Amino acid sequence: MDNKIAAVTMRNITKRFGPTLANDKVWLNIYRGEILALLGENGSGKTTLMNMLSGIYFPDEGEIAIDGKPVVIRSPKDAFALGIGMIHQHFKLVDVLTAAENIVLGLPGKLDLKAASRKIKEICDTYGFEVDPDQKIYDMSVSQKQTVEIVKVLYRGADILILDEPTAVLTPQETDKLFAVLRNMRDDGKAIVIITHKMHEVESLSDRVAILRHGQFIGDMPTKSTNAQEMTNMMVGHPVTLNIDRPEPVDPHPRIEVRDLTVRDIEGTVKLDHVSFTANSGEILGIAGISGSGQKELLEAIAGLQPVESGSIEYVDDSGKREQLIGKDPFAIQEMGVALSFVPEDRLGMGLVANMDLGNNMMLRSYRKGRGIFTNRKAPYKLAHQMVDFLEISTPSVETPVRRLSGGNVQKVLVGREIANAPSVLLTAYAVRGLDINSSYLIYDTINSQKMRGVAVIYVGEDLDVLLELCDRILVLCGGKVSGIVPGRGAKKREVGMMMTKLGGEADE
Amino acid sequence: MNNKTKTPLFHVSRRAALPWYKTWAIRGAALLLALVLSGIITSLVTGEDPFAVYGAIWKGSFGTTRKFWVLLQNIAMLLCVSLAVTPAFRMRCWNLGAEGQALIGGLASAACMITLADKLPNWAVILCMIVTSLLAGAIWAGIPAFFKARFNTNETLFTLMMNYVATQLVAYYCVVWESPKGSGTIGIINPKTQIGWLPQFPSQKYLLNVVVVAVVCVLVYIYLNYSKHGYEIAVVGESERTARYVGIKVEKVIIRTMLLSGAICGLAGLLLVGSTNHTLTTTIVDGRGFTAVMVSWLAKFNPVWMILTSFLLVFLGRGAGEIATKFGLNRSFGDILTGIILFCIIGSEFFINYEIKLTRGAGKEG
Repeated sequence: MDNKIAAVTMRNITKRFGPTLANDKVWLNIYRGEILALLGENGSGKTTLMNMLSGIYFPDEGEIAIDGKPVVIRSPKDAFALGIGMIHQHFKLVDVLTAAENIVLGLPGKLDLKAASRKIKEICDTYGFEVDPDQKIYDMSVSQKQTVEIVKVLYRGADILILDEPTAVLTPQETDKLFAVLRNMRDDGKAIVIITHKMHEVESLSDRVAILRHGQFIGDMPTKSTNAQEMTNMMVGHPVTLNIDRPEPVDPHPRIEVRDLTVRDIEGTVKLDHVSFTANSGEILGIAGISGSGQKELLEAIAGLQPVESGSIEYVDDSGKREQLIGKDPFAIQEMGVALSFVPEDRLGMGLVANMDLGNNMMLRSYRKGRGIFTNRKAPYKLAHQMVDFLEISTPSVETPVRRLSGGNVQKVLVGREIANAPSVLLTAYAVRGLDINSSYLIYDTINSQKMRGVAVIYVGEDLDVLLELCDRILVLCGGKVSGIVPGRGAKKREVGMMMTKLGGEADE
Repeated sequence: MNNKTKTPLFHVSRRAALPWYKTWAIRGAALLLALVLSGIITSLVTGEDPFAVYGAIWKGSFGTTRKFWVLLQNIAMLLCVSLAVTPAFRMRCWNLGAEGQALIGGLASAACMITLADKLPNWAVILCMIVTSLLAGAIWAGIPAFFKARFNTNETLFTLMMNYVATQLVAYYCVVWESPKGSGTIGIINPKTQIGWLPQFPSQKYLLNVVVVAVVCVLVYIYLNYSKHGYEIAVVGESERTARYVGIKVEKVIIRTMLLSGAICGLAGLLLVGSTNHTLTTTIVDGRGFTAVMVSWLAKFNPVWMILTSFLLVFLGRGAGEIATKFGLNRSFGDILTGIILFCIIGSEFFINYEIKLTRGAGKEG
């Protein structure tokens, strides 16, 4: 491997955004026939670096060479001409077109869908994809859409592939499939870069890891010669423990009782089908399921944001008094004296106001307080200052708009505000999605401390490993139905994975 | 084939927030550039001395005491309509119906003056004028707001169409109330009794409007920045989903804010009819409903900056008129100069938000 010419050499790459140094003299080699895992905390500059390779940003300083020849990449088109293709976290597909149409979209030359379909089939056979060229995008699952994105890039002749957190939206089974394909492509001599936060994926998939911290290149090494602990320490810059605490439930008694909850979306599709369960105080109830199995509707129904077709959601207070939550909006629920906190999946679009600063975002929950027509502006800013200290939010000031913060810090602002309410029920959706190790553990600790306070926590997650380590009980959703509720202690990953794809989880064979 | 690609000479990147004095230096430079540019164009196209033209523009607003008060009055009225649209704009609700809302407010005032003059004492007529004009403006904005909140109709088109309805209504009543008969216009209302004429400060005819609008400006500023309603408006404008998430009733906020917006427009109509003109025509609002959009945007929806932007637009407009008469130039020439100045000022915002970086060692290294 030593004498090979690198497919991509990035030398001395520097990129600034205003005063922030996103990449600071980074050196990186990418080789053919190898899967490179690019690791780093949020805001360490991984995506920025890869965006410069795929022509989205232009570096302030430094050079890029492909197969030893210096090149200039000014646009994604230049990148494609050099065989570089990037698969982003957010797919860029036209919903009403078929897979084949999406794949040839924007290519020069005559439109020959038949020839295109043939070529797509060829690519699929080579690497083990499953794509129906004539299927419309809107009929596809998230993983199928991702496959189309990858085929699109290959179709254009890319042999250097960059995948930005490709497994964030996949089930364990889908992830395995994707990894098999990536290995096939590697064996075919392609260069593959994968950005991920999940250590076990790095260990099982990659050949080499490269680590960035605060925009600087820290080091690279063969995956075989390192381990999760060492990589994490390099990313963070100091030793960290990788175990998630799971304290025993504190005096659990029913807090939220959901009975036969049925929800339809605007189009009339059933999103939740007679869902029943109880969430106890002092306990973390995990919700597992393929994305789109009704998790969003379930949380929003409890929070008073989702119209319900039938069923009941009752809140049980400490004295055993029951209150129906259905038919009440979040303000009415708050007025009832139910301290219900909700960390939604869409942080900037729903939980926070992206263009407002930290203080004003803290005010979202408290602005009604006090008599008179004026808002109290001092208290929320004071709270913002406390949150910045307590949760180690890195921000220039509390007057900074939250959209300028990195993903992890945005989440800390949101979680901080929601727990400042002293909730008795805490709903969280994908609380650590896109967060680095350090921030994730801070969030787990915060959730655990709420559990110890006697809060009923409902934790919707996508990383099964985390769900199995953190939750006291796990409710598995499958197509809007409850596939089963298993105790978190002793549950098997495979078993829960099966329940996610099939009601009850028993396989046919 | 890749040898031909050259390193680009420059690339654009986003700036961090600049200190206030730098942003104002950029804006000042833009204004200077605008003056130099329009000076060059003036001498090239008309052969006039650019300094004489600038002088005339200045005199158009500050030449005489009377011109100065006309300037103030025009600023006040433009500012009033701009203040009206701003709460809606902050909510990202594009109320382009200020023209019609002010006109319908004016119609309500005129109706009171004409029909109640011989039935009620002067103070009662004025009270009726105030109530009905504010109400009329509010209703005119409330109709599109109701449909937006209820059926998610497009408020831009709806409010625009309401303008035409208002104009036609006023045109109709101009004939009904025409005086003298056959003129097709209303003429000065109650010229002898002066019933329904808003009281004036003894020293200055236009002072009342200026004072009223100044008070409204302060109130709107406080309402938007410090009240609970103002906070709700900002949240709904930024993200309706976030608003619902914290239990704000979005429909209610939309209707409430549009009612306020319309009511302030109605106030503008009241001032135009009851204080400034004492008559009603279909063009009495004079396009301010649309100029207000620019005033509000230029000031980034800040009521205090809007004093400055409405001054700028009125000043340029008066100047354009002055050079048209003084140099015998077409009035459009003044508009060209206004266009150049606005282009430079708005364009300067780009350089405040972005910087252009020259690439070092372009195209060398190999």
